[in-house]
Amino acid sequence: MPQEDKSIDRRQFLKSGIRGAAVVGIVGAAGLGVSKTRKSDTVWQIDPNICVSCGNCAKYCVLEVSAVKCVHAFAICGYCDLCSGYLNPKPRELDSGAENELCPTGAVKRKFVEDPYYEYTIDEELCIGCGKCVKGCNAFGNGSLHLQVRHDRCLNCNECSIAAACPSGAFKRVPADSPYMIKTKVSHG
Amino acid sequence: MIRKSLILSILLLAVPYAAAFGAERFPPPEFESGYELPSPTTPSPRVDVFEYIDAVVLFAALSVGTYLVLKKRSRRWIFALMVFSLVYFGFYRKGCVCPIGAIQNAAMTVFDKSYAMPVVVLAFLILPFVFTLFFGRVFCAAVCPLGAIQDLFVLKPIAIPRWLDSSLRLFAYLYLGLGILFAATGSAFVICRYDPFVGFFRVTGSFNMIVAGICLLVIGIFIGRPYCRFLCPYSVILRQFSRISRWRVTITPDDCIQCRLCEDACPFGAIRSPAAKWRGEDYSVGKKRLALLLVLLGVLVVFGGWVASRASGWMARVDWRVRLADRVYLEETGKVSDTTDASAAFRATGEEIKELYAEASDIEAKMATGSWILGGFMGLVAGLKLVGHSVRRTRTDYEADRASCFACGRCFTYCPREHARLDKLKNKEEGK
Repeated sequence: MPQEDKSIDRRQFLKSGIRGAAVVGIVGAAGLGVSKTRKSDTVWQIDPNICVSCGNCAKYCVLEVSAVKCVHAFAICGYCDLCSGYLNPKPRELDSGAENELCPTGAVKRKFVEDPYYEYTIDEELCIGCGKCVKGCNAFGNGSLHLQVRHDRCLNCNECSIAAACPSGAFKRVPADSPYMIKTKVSHG
Repeated sequence: MIRKSLILSILLLAVPYAAAFGAERFPPPEFESGYELPSPTTPSPRVDVFEYIDAVVLFAALSVGTYLVLKKRSRRWIFALMVFSLVYFGFYRKGCVCPIGAIQNAAMTVFDKSYAMPVVVLAFLILPFVFTLFFGRVFCAAVCPLGAIQDLFVLKPIAIPRWLDSSLRLFAYLYLGLGILFAATGSAFVICRYDPFVGFFRVTGSFNMIVAGICLLVIGIFIGRPYCRFLCPYSVILRQFSRISRWRVTITPDDCIQCRLCEDACPFGAIRSPAAKWRGEDYSVGKKRLALLLVLLGVLVVFGGWVASRASGWMARVDWRVRLADRVYLEETGKVSDTTDASAAFRATGEEIKELYAEASDIEAKMATGSWILGGFMGLVAGLKLVGHSVRRTRTDYEADRASCFACGRCFTYCPREHARLDKLKNKEEGK
């Protein structure tokens, strides 16, 4: 019997050794990991210059209503009367009546500023991130309407479901301390 | 006026796209009425503090779980902690961040120089490792929300044969390998993408994954915790750590009296009966078999690597850049005439096609190497499983298998010695 005890001791010793090595390994790896960690975490954002406003943002977000919303870069807006992001390009009547609105939820609001300029703002409560207005604005306008991940809503999933479904690779991990890519230059993606 | 502008915009339709690229079609106006340009709002991301609270809650839950499993030995309290974890990590925090998915962040941190995992994710990955090394799989028992939701459905467990249990577990190893491979190449986080239960936590999700989750829960009524046992990539890591844990779940609080009452107590088939002593001839047969298996191990590794390498092209196409390069190639060679959203978007960025091709072939090359390693790993796992079944066990009592035991505590009350202990405890309290 004493012999058996000895073998158990040996096994215990071996196990403790491996365990010790594993702890050292894990802590070491963690140390390396921490040393590589950036100061800030990352969040998901859309690069508006790559986005093709395909409509996936409205469909693939894990939230019931997508965390992606339309954002208006006022600085590059032309303030047109006939805004191609606001109005359907094939109108029922040749006027700017409500029935010609492009947005399916009526989230693009229009306000008269001065002749002939109109201000367009997004009601984020209503916006579903479908990108219809973005497509219209990019096609015929300055491209001031663009889609952005709104971080008050975004759950910051480990792998963003929309990113996985994005056809153009516009979704990026960006540092959390500069979490937006608001358009500042005119471009038509 | 309106009509005129409309005609203008229709005219604009005719403007060649390239000519308009990058130019202001409608210069921003100079207002005379004193209108001030508003600026778009930028609500900030969730405060980091919340994430650190998550890590603290994780540590606390692991500590409490350890106490309940090893000291208190109470299934009821373990269950309560499990429900708390399900509510907090599952339904309240929506199942994200979780240690299972954190494997991928770690893989990406190692292989992608531009990516670094957040500290909290690192903590989520490592805390359960350390706890398992010392106390066994307490994390699986009472902290993991994915385990918890399945544990609620263990209603009519049936025993499945050991060979089947062991074979099905190969899927978990494969899943771990694929998860790391795709994360390392930056292609996808498949473990997150195919999480079957996160849809329940968020109360929304893709139809397929919700159906998969329901199927797993229904299967789980009969075969306890199917995801944990046969799919979970994190569990195969914890299994190995649990093998060498300092402390462990014991069915009996002191000595096993060989009453066999606990034999069928475990719904996960983790209780092992005492191993019969080998006879003399068993040793010679066993030695030969072991030698054969060790040779076979090498063969399995190479064979596995070869089989997986056959699938590397298919695996590379999981990466969207590879798919895009394939598509652009078809368009460039005139095999297709139209463009897709993806290829149109790529062309609009004005990047060099050559660079895209180079990037794609780089990923393909990585995937080719990775698939050999993955296949070799799978061969190794299969071989070691065979070896493991052929080595002599020295077990004199009924014990919970170190690797398979989820530390759920269901077996405690099956042991008459446990009842004796509880009675003693009760008497002591009343004596006071």
